[in-house]
Amino acid sequence: MSDSTGYPDLDALLPRLEAIPSLGQEALAVENTAVLGRKQGILTAALRSVPTLPVEQRKGYGNAVNQLKARFEAAFAQRAEVLAAETRHRALADVDLTLPGRRRWVGAEHPVTRVIDDIVEIFRGLGFTVAVGPEVESEWFNFTALNFPPDHPAMDMHDTLYLDASAIAGEQGGRLLLRTHTSPVQIRTLLTSPPPIRVVIPGFVYRNDPFDPSHAPAFSQIEGLAVDEGISFVDLKATLVHFAHHFFTATTKVRFRPSFFPFTEPSAEMDVECQLCHGSGCPACKGTGWMEILGCGMVHPAVFENSGVDAERYTGWAFGMGPHRITMLRHGIPDIRLLYDGDMRFLAQFVVGQRDCGSE
Amino acid sequence: MNVSRRWLEAFLRRPLEVRDLTERLTMLGAPVDAVEPLHADLTDVLIAEVEEVRPHPNADRLRVCRVNQGSTERLNVVCGAANVTAGHKYPFAPVGATLPGGLRIEKRKLRGETSEGMLCSARELGLGQDGEGLWELDTDATPGTRLLDALPIADHRLVIDVGPNRPDLLGHKGIARELSASLGVPFRLPTIPTLHGSDVPPMRRAGNAGNVGGVHVAVEDTEGCPRFLGAVLRGVNVAPSPPWLAGRLESVGVRAINNVVDATNYVMLELNQPMHAYDVARLNGPAIIVRRAVSGERVTTLDGVERKLDLEMTIIADQSGAIGVAGVMGGAATEVTSATVDVFLECAYFSPTRVRLARRTLGMSTEASYRFERGVDRWGGVETLRRCIEIIQATAGGTLLEAPIDVGPGPSNPPRIFLRLSRVAQVLGLEIPIQAIEHYLVSVGATLVPKPEDGRIAVEVPSWRPDLVREVDLIEEVARLHGYQNVPAELLPFRPGRLEEAPIEQAASLVRRGLVEQGCFEVVSLPTAPADGTDSVGLLNPLSSTEAHLRRRLLPGLVRMVEGNWRNQVVDVRLFEIGTVFAAGQPGTRPREERHVAAVLTGRREPPHWSGSGRDYIDRWDLKGCFETAVALAVPGGAVQLEGDRWIARNSQGEIVGEARALEGDAPPWAAPLFGFELQIDPSPREPVRYAPLPTTPASERVFALLLGPDTSAAQVGKLLRNAGGPLLESVSVESDYRGPELPSGSRSVAFRLTFRAPDRTLRDSEIDDVEERMLRTLAEQGIKRRDAGAHGPGEPT
Repeated sequence: MSDSTGYPDLDALLPRLEAIPSLGQEALAVENTAVLGRKQGILTAALRSVPTLPVEQRKGYGNAVNQLKARFEAAFAQRAEVLAAETRHRALADVDLTLPGRRRWVGAEHPVTRVIDDIVEIFRGLGFTVAVGPEVESEWFNFTALNFPPDHPAMDMHDTLYLDASAIAGEQGGRLLLRTHTSPVQIRTLLTSPPPIRVVIPGFVYRNDPFDPSHAPAFSQIEGLAVDEGISFVDLKATLVHFAHHFFTATTKVRFRPSFFPFTEPSAEMDVECQLCHGSGCPACKGTGWMEILGCGMVHPAVFENSGVDAERYTGWAFGMGPHRITMLRHGIPDIRLLYDGDMRFLAQFVVGQRDCGSE
Repeated sequence: MNVSRRWLEAFLRRPLEVRDLTERLTMLGAPVDAVEPLHADLTDVLIAEVEEVRPHPNADRLRVCRVNQGSTERLNVVCGAANVTAGHKYPFAPVGATLPGGLRIEKRKLRGETSEGMLCSARELGLGQDGEGLWELDTDATPGTRLLDALPIADHRLVIDVGPNRPDLLGHKGIARELSASLGVPFRLPTIPTLHGSDVPPMRRAGNAGNVGGVHVAVEDTEGCPRFLGAVLRGVNVAPSPPWLAGRLESVGVRAINNVVDATNYVMLELNQPMHAYDVARLNGPAIIVRRAVSGERVTTLDGVERKLDLEMTIIADQSGAIGVAGVMGGAATEVTSATVDVFLECAYFSPTRVRLARRTLGMSTEASYRFERGVDRWGGVETLRRCIEIIQATAGGTLLEAPIDVGPGPSNPPRIFLRLSRVAQVLGLEIPIQAIEHYLVSVGATLVPKPEDGRIAVEVPSWRPDLVREVDLIEEVARLHGYQNVPAELLPFRPGRLEEAPIEQAASLVRRGLVEQGCFEVVSLPTAPADGTDSVGLLNPLSSTEAHLRRRLLPGLVRMVEGNWRNQVVDVRLFEIGTVFAAGQPGTRPREERHVAAVLTGRREPPHWSGSGRDYIDRWDLKGCFETAVALAVPGGAVQLEGDRWIARNSQGEIVGEARALEGDAPPWAAPLFGFELQIDPSPREPVRYAPLPTTPASERVFALLLGPDTSAAQVGKLLRNAGGPLLESVSVESDYRGPELPSGSRSVAFRLTFRAPDRTLRDSEIDDVEERMLRTLAEQGIKRRDAGAHGPGEPT
């Protein structure tokens, strides 16, 4: 398409440019060759002819050809992309994309471990570090130093498993037993470290209780101890309320009521609003609207005296709670034995990312 | 402890709303575990008046009554009771009512006569033993009134969880005292119906022995029984208790027996002082002797069981021998029966530890032993004995010939505790005015001794509170009565703790995270197991005789869990546990405790997928890889080595700290092979990973396919290659392990991929050729030859 001078009429090409978006695969290739082809392309030829023009026309015509060439190139590329996308789409239409995706095995921490980690994390933020101690203890550490009166009904709550081994001699000895609580680690910490003390103590504890839906012969406990000058019942309440608001929700109601532990005085029980009925009363909270979460209190001066801490100068508070029980509350697990079975069907329920969410 | 709302109301002389009561007691430290409405099943029962009684035309023992039950029409009711009398009021169950025990009243015909309801006996309503005739009601209530509205029988039974430190709350009086303090109202003992004035004389003090009403009383074991009060009532008429007494007992779940025994139970439930009544006629002597049991002595207790006594037990004896275990249970031979005429009443303080010992040795806990173990009011016996005598006299008659005897030392000064106001503020973190503190203490029965001293209050604690021993005990009382809810919860500045994080916990977390990433599930198991080697630690009182030891290893427990999963048809099981294992130490020392990690793997390597992936089972190489990961995490500087058909891990000191191998289990035929490992976690601190500069030059790779004889391992060859490779050899990895018939017999072809790199320049082929030649020479010296001529370039198959 050239005028009489032999130079292509650029304006005449504009309708062909506009027609590109409607071209099919093959027509597009043909048109591409016709306009931009290296040998016969109209614009290729036009560019080649520029040097033959009169000097004064060369620049204007050359620029015009180059601009038009760029527009054609862009239009061809765009159309090609659209056609390719259509082709891909047609190919995919043959595949059933609702078939399940490919996954990998995932594992999980035990749900109780997660509860312990969550608890520890909150207390770390309040200046606590993790301490641990042995699971086999002497009577002195487990009972005597913690102000358990010898041969007292307070011991009945601690049905103890004793070792078939000779007793430990010395002041801190006595018969060997499996610790009935993590509180002996309080004594170990007080004996070895000067205040300020802020520790949380997770660990396994043992009771001579057969398995039933709410009891296990061994279960985890987490203990906390804060000792310094000027620590009071106000700190105890404030810290544990802070904990409850972070572990549960910021609006969870909390209450403290008097209780008894030989190693704290005053002693308290902390209840939180039942997480199922939110206080209106349900079978899980026996209609009270509250759930017992932890025991706590100010460290009994006798405990300080037994572990060489100046009970007049220092005060402190301690708490203990049962992550197994809290796990059951958190996930609505009706029977504690499920936490000991190692049943894959149970454990896999707590992997959120692995759940089949009925996707398409 | 079961408590009756009505009983408490009798103390406080006011109605109590059960929700408020529950809330108050809970916030005072006596949480209410359950509230049971009593006689709620009597809501349908009305009071009815019998207006006319005529004989049944067709039955001699039945009567036909015209009954007014409040409506305008009169009902026809057939009744079999002999005592039905016109003009009297009786409980009436109309048609449609359901009685306790589930009997539903319907309109029916009895021998031709229509009966539209039922007139009831007390027993039919669950209100006592009297089933002889109808319950004749002495009431002004009009016919049609609900029985529960007219009679004081609707009640609530509160089950209170009383802590071991508060024996005083094991009686209604103690709970009434707490409520009195909380409500700010007075309380006093309920009046005894039909008692007109009391004439019980003061107790007579005696040393260790004396006589009362013809009975010789001697306390030989003054340690087991520091105080013993006794009285004799002559000429009592033993009979069923009147409704008020039986009703009180039944409201807290105690069965009524007879007026004498019920009186002793009543005072125990009211004043927390167990008592015992003996039939004087059946006492040999007659004498009551409190002493230690002698060797071989036996007694048959009230429950009809013959019990062997031991020398540590305090017992009650008469001239012929033991007749009861002090503070636990009386004997069958001397119990009060309907034939009893003269009664000896025992009201003693038995030593808590001695009662506890007897209770544990005999394996029997009773209402009495429970209270003595916790400590009854040492000086409360006088009030209890007097009240018991009054109740017996009011319900069974009888004469007190002589003042009761009081055997034991006289009263001593009550303990005195000093309470510093500054200490109250230090412990509680708030200032409570002295007037309030004094008020709280007085309200629970403490006596304040006027002793003006700087900021101190001298307090005499009441004898019913054995838990108040030192200053801090009083601070708790102040806090309790002030109300824990009134202590602010303001987070104040604190000094952070100085202790380091426990290293073993940090190491365990690291291992745990690593194994979760390997696709394993953490489990928790019980640490008891059968004996496992000579250094297993045994338990003295195990829960199960088959698992009477502490575990030496975690792996056996995990294998049992795999078997449990197999029983549930679960193929894919990947479990791990981090826990403590125990090994016996030297005699007189603690056992050794180690933190272990163990894992078991079986089933498919990947989740099965429709595309065909995930059909392979976990094999030994998965085990080895997982083990290597675990060793890297659990044992810094540890190494995995081959030993026989298993892999072991050694720590940096060369000690064996773990092993991995194929395991045997009770496997169903469809189960995949089972593998597992166990490893001791090293708590030593982990060094942070050091950064290695990223390469700036390209690497070159070569692959050697080497013919290895039967005695040559890939590990040996890898080591030779690394040693010979020098600084330009960056890494060696195994590409393939091939066996085939075309290879010389007994040998295999193992391909190694070698990566070469110089940190500062691009390597020339000739440089690599030199190294390669050196390596092949070294191999040749060991008799290891190349299988092929050699191939160059990355990714090219050999």
